[in-house]
Amino acid sequence: MADNGWTWTLDRVFPSATGAGTQLLSEMLERLRGEGWDEQQVFGVHLAVEEALVNAIRHGNDSDHKKCVHVRCKLSPSRFWVRIQDEGCGFDPEDVPDCTEPDRLETPSGRGIMLMRNFMNRVEYNECGNCVEMEKHREAAAGGADDRASE
Amino acid sequence: MVVHRRLEVSEVGDVTVVRFVDRKILDEANIQELGQELYHLVEKEGRKQLLLNFSNVEFLSSAALGKLITMDKKVKVNGGRLQLSNIRPEIYEVFAITKLNKLFDIKDDEAAALEAF
Repeated sequence: MADNGWTWTLDRVFPSATGAGTQLLSEMLERLRGEGWDEQQVFGVHLAVEEALVNAIRHGNDSDHKKCVHVRCKLSPSRFWVRIQDEGCGFDPEDVPDCTEPDRLETPSGRGIMLMRNFMNRVEYNECGNCVEMEKHREAAAGGADDRASE
Repeated sequence: MVVHRRLEVSEVGDVTVVRFVDRKILDEANIQELGQELYHLVEKEGRKQLLLNFSNVEFLSSAALGKLITMDKKVKVNGGRLQLSNIRPEIYEVFAITKLNKLFDIKDDEAAALEAF
């Protein structure tokens, strides 16, 4: 797939403080809404990016303020792409147990990646697991104009 | 008497009805505080029948789900009952994806939840 048609990009680096990604998320979501994405899809992107940022800050960088989170996102008329990288030593997403298994249903953590995978079209980690790339394809709003870029 | 910052607590008969002050439950510090206030209702105030009304809530993250799961355990340990209501469709999807709709007793609205106690 050619990486063309991006109409907006955003690059940010911020230290691993709680809530450090709030401003970035607001800008991202405002842009999606401005481009006419429906609220259901904006909700999905919001949740996925929020979970990925929390994972990067808390688990990746261990909330160490000296370590940063690096975010790059791009938007085209047909899709949203984001890459979130931390400065930790990574993890294997396959090692995260499935919290929907009956004996793990009451476990209070470990649902973030599952939500990311469900709300985004593509979620991929790099080999060492300290960088996640996610993509969401815009769905045509019912009755609305669908301004898709040719791919 | 505890001052609730993240919750609005009222009583309908024997049932404690809890509403959330925040429309978006995602800030880590707020989620921590939210958890403490919820647990206090069960562990310190001894409330047994609790209804969490999500009508104000537009967004919640998996960290908030963790607090609800722990809350549910505490209520069960105390021999009480927890019901959830007024969850909007996007958020219900979060419960469904994580299969927490099977763990929690979820009703469409407050009246239906109150009736179920």
